[in-house]
Amino acid sequence: MTENVKTMEVEKQEVTATEDTERTRDCRCFVPRADIYEVDDQIVIVADVPGADENSIEVTLEKNILTINAYVEPIAPEGYSLAFAEYEVGDYQRSFRLSNEIDRDKIQATVKDGVLRLYLPKAASALTRKISVKAG
Amino acid sequence: MMYRRYRLSPMWREMDRLQREMTRMFDEFSPFRLRVAPAYPALNVWSKDDALLVTAELPGVSSEDIEVSVVGETLTLSGERKPDELKNGARYHRQERGYGKFSRTLQLPFPVKVEDIEASFRNGVLHIYMPRAEEDRPRKIAVKTA
Repeated sequence: MTENVKTMEVEKQEVTATEDTERTRDCRCFVPRADIYEVDDQIVIVADVPGADENSIEVTLEKNILTINAYVEPIAPEGYSLAFAEYEVGDYQRSFRLSNEIDRDKIQATVKDGVLRLYLPKAASALTRKISVKAG
Repeated sequence: MMYRRYRLSPMWREMDRLQREMTRMFDEFSPFRLRVAPAYPALNVWSKDDALLVTAELPGVSSEDIEVSVVGETLTLSGERKPDELKNGARYHRQERGYGKFSRTLQLPFPVKVEDIEASFRNGVLHIYMPRAEEDRPRKIAVKTA
């Protein structure tokens, strides 16, 4: 099922706590909005993680679950008080189940302007091969 | 003060109950009822006596595409979030991130010193620092003993 959103949403969806795990950090945790697209030989996951940089993002791959964890320190400027708030700052967490056709050793991740991009190249065995038809 | 007590018919008691029920129902749903389409981007405003700090999360917008302007006591924030340029043959499996132009105006609580406004954009988060105009700052008045 593909979900397509054409407008920019401001509402952040919070991670629902599963029964057997609890967060150890005392701040909110959100599910980052993500786009997933496929170009020729790779799958690209694009996720919004505003406030996180290359040092505060962790991408882990365990078995076939790819998990993104981004830690964002909430700001509290000295001497200021929050007069008006429309959004909350918190961590981001999201997991994706990868299919077997991804080449696990060649996954790359970049972050720019609060957007994380994961490049998941397809394994050579999964690439489409053209089979030439000979006249027989 | 004296209250005169009337004998209420059971019908009125029932009407009162219905009214309470309705009020409760409206209260319960009011957050949804009052909710309007939220404007993009969401803003947080921090304030102190002599300055304001406005922050906004704008992931995927490049700093050249953000425009901040202050006219009088109104802050306008506008810009555009561009979609990824995709090669031919690319197809989306899932698309949750929107894109497009946005514009937001905010009424400031006090006049600001326009020449000293500083805006920075880091990791997709915009910070706009606005010091309060000198002539508008609160002044301490010494109380003299007569």
